[in-house]
Amino acid sequence: MNESSAQIERPLEPKKRAIIVGASAGIGAALLRVLVEDGYHAAAIARRQEALQELCTEINTRAARSQTGAGRAYPYPHDVSNSGEVPGLFQQIVHDLGGLDLIIYNAGVMPPVALNEYSFEKDASMVQVNLLGGIAWLNQAAERFERTGQGHIVGISSVAGDRGRIISPVYNSSKAGFTTYLEALRNRLTRHGVNVTTIKPGQVETAMLAHVKKRLWVITPEAAAADMLKAIKSKKQTVYVPRRWGPFMLIIRHIPSFIFRRLSI
Amino acid sequence: MIDELTQTINIDQEKISLNWERGPMAMPTERLEELVAWGRASRTVGYVFRPSTVDDLRAVFGLAEASGRTVTFRAGGNSYGDAGANGENIILSVTRMNRILEWYPQTGRITVEPGVTLQQLWEYILGDGWWIPIATGTMKTTVGGCAAMNTHGKNGWQAGTFGDHVESFELLLPSGELITCDRQQNRDIFHAAIGGFGMLGCFTRLTMQMKRVYSGLIQVETYVTRNLAETMSYFEAHVAEYDYFVGWLDAMVRGRAVGRADIHKARHLAPGEDPMPAQTLRLENQRLPANVMGIIPNSLIWRFQRPFWNDFGMYFVNMAKYWAARWHNHNSYRQPHALFHFLLDYFDWDKPFGPGGLIQYQPFIPVANAEAAFGEIFRHCHKRGLPNYLSVLKRHRPDPFLISYGVDGYSMAMDFRITARNRPRVVQMTRELDEIVLKYGGRFYLAKDSTLRPAIAAAYLGDETIARFTALKQRLDPDCLLESNLWRRLFKDGGSG
Repeated sequence: MNESSAQIERPLEPKKRAIIVGASAGIGAALLRVLVEDGYHAAAIARRQEALQELCTEINTRAARSQTGAGRAYPYPHDVSNSGEVPGLFQQIVHDLGGLDLIIYNAGVMPPVALNEYSFEKDASMVQVNLLGGIAWLNQAAERFERTGQGHIVGISSVAGDRGRIISPVYNSSKAGFTTYLEALRNRLTRHGVNVTTIKPGQVETAMLAHVKKRLWVITPEAAAADMLKAIKSKKQTVYVPRRWGPFMLIIRHIPSFIFRRLSI
Repeated sequence: MIDELTQTINIDQEKISLNWERGPMAMPTERLEELVAWGRASRTVGYVFRPSTVDDLRAVFGLAEASGRTVTFRAGGNSYGDAGANGENIILSVTRMNRILEWYPQTGRITVEPGVTLQQLWEYILGDGWWIPIATGTMKTTVGGCAAMNTHGKNGWQAGTFGDHVESFELLLPSGELITCDRQQNRDIFHAAIGGFGMLGCFTRLTMQMKRVYSGLIQVETYVTRNLAETMSYFEAHVAEYDYFVGWLDAMVRGRAVGRADIHKARHLAPGEDPMPAQTLRLENQRLPANVMGIIPNSLIWRFQRPFWNDFGMYFVNMAKYWAARWHNHNSYRQPHALFHFLLDYFDWDKPFGPGGLIQYQPFIPVANAEAAFGEIFRHCHKRGLPNYLSVLKRHRPDPFLISYGVDGYSMAMDFRITARNRPRVVQMTRELDEIVLKYGGRFYLAKDSTLRPAIAAAYLGDETIARFTALKQRLDPDCLLESNLWRRLFKDGGSG
């Protein structure tokens, strides 16, 4: 790992630095790719060390070849359910990068849950990864950004957080919790000059979608990442990816309960 | 060991030991602060500690070692660039080590801690008939900072630099050892630590010689020149007759008039010239004005300047300044020392430049080439569409220190406005200016630098000088505990960044 290149700072040529949590595959990997292409020095965090290392090497080789002000990806293996490790690791990464401008929490799991299944083990893992991990990482960033009066926090939540549905009660509630947490962060931090963006993707063609039968407007991770980067750059507050989920979820959110509970969506 | 450390620097131990098992120890997040360069063109984040004693300084070194982070020193924070920055590492602010330790009014010799500001210094000694030998444009700089950056004033050709008036100092090495350096003892360290931008150790006490004055007033005369050639020849002809000499040049105007200047010359009064020195030396008679025209508070002036601080407006501001100066040409008046020296403290000079702030670019050029170099620099700035808003010309002499910027010649301090849009263009232009400066045998001053590259630093300092400095640093700081953004940018790894 060559951190020194990230640490040399020229006063008038500030580098852009990012952390992506949950970066080894799917949306995270695609986001890492577009951020590095956009010039970010990005720390990629994921559980699977080999996959992560391989991805970073591939991205860096390509970035080195393109030579157009591309950044660099730095792998940091970490399991987000191990939240006690976060404060030390966060400091270490920010030190290695030489600063921090952007943090994206993208880690999420959605194990297949049968309609009549109430497995606490599966449910706890979703809360742990989708919500508690996010709180552990973004709290670190929030404290730092509030103190220094700059920075951008991005949470990849989901359209699934907008309603509780029969097929995934805890996935819905973990994402709803994350969305509300991000909203609260935004309300706390906007006055300190910090941006908080909530991104709610619809269905994206990743491993998570493999066991999902009902499909609607599925897009590739690359298309999702491109939309997300645009939203991040324009410092949006809440965005649906792709955008058509916005009006759609507006309707879904307003279906009255006496109807919604009789539907099978 | 960690227990002792945390107790002495008064940190909640739980926060530190949080991550001790994982390797490097976590830093207390409550110490995180954003640090802004003077001029606000750049900012960094670091862990700031403000010890008040030498033992606490040592404790911070210990913390740095335990946490695997580097340390740089910061005092007044008045460097334009990154000399006082150490991103994501430890910033050791010496502002609270600000005691005046010894003062001998008979001889003018004073011993102070590094965080003593020039304001504290002159306010303390003036009543005894002494003044600071080298005054920076603001009195918020500190003795430690001025020694580390080896600052200069408007009297450089005759009084040299700040370091020329330091007689001895104690330096705390990262190992915790305190050494005394002067022109006999540890001669090499003395000449390298002054101007060594804090990379060899921390000054803990400095002894200096002050300058005798016989009045609280200074005799100022003005003169206006019509172009660069006249400015330079007037300087060269008359500089020796005065104690201070400074020219404000108009670099916004194009063509033959570029470099026309409002020159201020000043001399100290001889004994007897001031009939009542006891009165003029009183602090009450040295206060900077609080209002402009008696009504507008100085803290609001920048709001009036702000609309003019752009390429279009500054053309007229410089022109107005020139014609006003011509109106008062050959003016002669007496002015309190503080009012003559500390122009930067009248108003907030950086605020009119807007949110992006400003940088200063100050090359030092030998006499023979000065006129050609400055003319070429002004023309180049106009060509690139980035004229400098304020240019200040001063005369200098070579200095005896290792990281030296002094030349027998002139320096031109130029203010460039920085915006999010023009930043890459300014960077590109300064690289071109660097080449012009090198072509004319010029040098650079690290306290004002934001843009130099390792190759340029090596070219003006010489590889041998850099090798000597790094060898000395290796000896005094073998674990490389002392680093700053400036060091990493220009000199680390032999400058191969």
